Amino acid sequence: MPGRETFETIAGCKTRIMRGGQGAPLLFLHGGSGASMWQPFMDKLAETFDVIVPEHPGFGGSDSPEWLDNIGDVAYFYLDFMEQLGLSGVHLVGTSLGGWIAAEIAVRDRHPLKSLTLVSPVGIRVKGVRKADIFLMSPEESVRSLFHSKALVDAALARTPSEAELDMAAKNRLTMAKLAWEPRLFNPHLYKWMHRIKTPTLIIWGESDQIVPPAYGPEFQKLIPGSKLETIPECGHVPQVEKPDVLAAKIIAFAGGVK
Amino acid sequence: MKFFFFHLMPYADLDLDYDKKHNSAWVTLPNTYFDPEKGHALYNRYLDEMELADQLGFDGVCVNEHHQNAYGLMPIPGVMAGALARRTKNAKIAVLGRALPLLNNPATVAEEFAMLDVMTGGRLIAGFVRGIGAEYHAWGVNPAISHERFHEAHDIIIRAWTEPGPFAYEGKHYHFEYVNCWPRPYQQPHPPVWIPSQGSRETIEWAADAKRKYTYLQTFSPVAALAHFMKLYSEAAERNGWTATPDHKGWSVPTYCAETDEIAYHEAKPHIENFINKFLKMPLEMLAPPGYQSLASVKAIRKAKESIRQNQTIDTLIEKGMFLCGSPATLREKIETAQDEIGFGNILNNLQFGTLPHDLVRKSTTLFAEEVIPHFRKKSAAAAAA
Repeated sequence: MPGRETFETIAGCKTRIMRGGQGAPLLFLHGGSGASMWQPFMDKLAETFDVIVPEHPGFGGSDSPEWLDNIGDVAYFYLDFMEQLGLSGVHLVGTSLGGWIAAEIAVRDRHPLKSLTLVSPVGIRVKGVRKADIFLMSPEESVRSLFHSKALVDAALARTPSEAELDMAAKNRLTMAKLAWEPRLFNPHLYKWMHRIKTPTLIIWGESDQIVPPAYGPEFQKLIPGSKLETIPECGHVPQVEKPDVLAAKIIAFAGGVK
Repeated sequence: MKFFFFHLMPYADLDLDYDKKHNSAWVTLPNTYFDPEKGHALYNRYLDEMELADQLGFDGVCVNEHHQNAYGLMPIPGVMAGALARRTKNAKIAVLGRALPLLNNPATVAEEFAMLDVMTGGRLIAGFVRGIGAEYHAWGVNPAISHERFHEAHDIIIRAWTEPGPFAYEGKHYHFEYVNCWPRPYQQPHPPVWIPSQGSRETIEWAADAKRKYTYLQTFSPVAALAHFMKLYSEAAERNGWTATPDHKGWSVPTYCAETDEIAYHEAKPHIENFINKFLKMPLEMLAPPGYQSLASVKAIRKAKESIRQNQTIDTLIEKGMFLCGSPATLREKIETAQDEIGFGNILNNLQFGTLPHDLVRKSTTLFAEEVIPHFRKKSAAAAAA
C-alpha cells in the first residue's frame, strides 16, 4: 500500500512528502539518491508506524530553496518540519546522507525525538579510513559499489533510466555536491557535539558497505552515548534496498522497544 | 586581426602508455610520471618558443592555469607571465586565466595581475575563468558554488582595481575588512578582461553585459560552434544596448603550418592526436562535476551524448575546424573564411600542442608569422587606409 503524496511548504520550501501507516510517527530521511518512490521496506514499517518520507530541500519533487547552503540548513529545516506537522515522540531514521542530517538534528534539539536510527550514515571523518569518491565514480562503478549482491548489481545495470529519472538524478547530485563536496561527506564540527544525542540510538551498517567502510560504525557508536551498533551480513551501503525485511525488523524491534 | 601565440605547456615527455593503467591525464595520474629534469628542459624550451613568438611579431602570448595534470604545467601561470614580462618586449601577455573560484582570497589575483601590468607597462590582458571541471576534483572546491564564487571574486578584483582602497567587501563566500590593492594597475581603469569559455550561455550573457563588454574567447570548438556562440554574444550585446566589435571576439585554436598541406598533415598527425586522445583524456564525471554546469546544460550534454573519451583523429579535427592545419595558403584561406563569416578580431593559435617537438614548433610558428600573419596585416592596413 503506497504512501499518499502530499506537499507542504516549510521555511518557504515546497516539500514533497509521502506518508503511510498508523502508529507513532517515524520520520525517514533518505540518502543521496533521494526518495521518489514508496519502497517495500516503507510498507513493512507502515505496519507499525505512521511513516513520513519527505524529500529533502533540493531533492526530487521538493524545491531548491535559496537558503540551502549546508547541512545545518537542512537540520534546521527538519526542526521546522516537525514543528509545523505537529510531530512529537518521533522515531527518526536516516540512511547515509539522511543519517548525517538526523545526527545534526539530534545534536541541535533532541526533544521532538523518541529514538534515532542511523543506517550507514556519513557526517564524520575517521582519519585514514577513506570513503568512496562518489563524485568521481562512473555510473557503473557507482552501482557496483552500492550493493553486495551481484544479482542486484546486474539488475540495476540492466535498467535504462527514463529522461525524468536522469533529470532528477542530476538535481539530486547537484544538491548532494552542495551539501557534501567539501568537506567531503562530513561536518568537521559535528563529532564534538554528538554527546548531546541522549536519544536512544541504533546504528546499522551493511558488512560489505563499499561507500562508507563499516569501520565507521564503531566510531559513531563511541561518539553517541549508550548507542547500539548492529551489522547486516551480505549487505552493502543501502540495506533498505538490499535487505529491506532485515532492516525493517531491526528498526521495528528497536524503535518499538523504546519506552 | 590580432594574432596570439597560446602555449599550454604540456608535459610532452609523458609516457603515453599511461592510459593502460590510468583513465585520465588529470587529477589521479600519479605525479611520479613527471621527471623534474625533463620538466626543467621543457619549461625553458616553452619559454623560448613564446619569446620567439614575440620576436616574430605576434601581438601577444598567452598562458593559462590548470592543476594536477600532464596537459598543462602551469598551475601558477603568473610565474610564466613574470618570466615573459622581462624577456618579451612588444607582445601583450594574456593570462587566460586565473581560475577564480578556486581561490580563498581572490584579491591575490588583483595584486598579481596589477604587478604584471605595472612591470610590463600595460601589456597585461587579464583572463578570468572558473577552471575546467577537473579542477574541482583536484582542488576540492565545491563545484556547486563555482558560479557564485566566480562572480564574487570577479567583483572583488575589478573593485580592487577601480575603487580607492581600502574598502570592505561583504559577499556570501568572501568577506574582507580591507581590500586595498597595492600596486594599482598600469592600464586605466583596468587591464582588458578576456573570458575564455567552451560556450556556456550564462558566461556569454555575463561577458556581453553593457557594464563589462569583455572579450569572449571560444576555446577548442568546432568552427560551427564558434559561429553559433559568437552570434549569441553579438545578440546578447544588442539586447544590452551596445554593438559587439571584432575586438570583443576571439578564437582559440590549435594550429600547424608547414610547407604544404600534406607535410603539415603528416608532421602534425601524431602530436595533435596525442593532444586530444592522451592529454585531454578524462571521464565525464571528472570533466563535469555537479554544479559546474547548469542542470539545463547537463541535460543538453547528456542528449548530445557528448564525450571526449572517444578517440579522435586528425581528420575529424580538421574537418570540424577544431584544428587549423596546412600550408600558409590554406591557413590564410581558412582563417579569412572564418573571419569573414564570424567576425572575430583575435585569433589565439596553439602552435604547440601535445607532443609537438621544438623544431616543428619553431618551423610552424616562423612560417605562420612570415606567411600567414602579414596577409592579414596588409588587409587591416588597407581597410584602415580606405
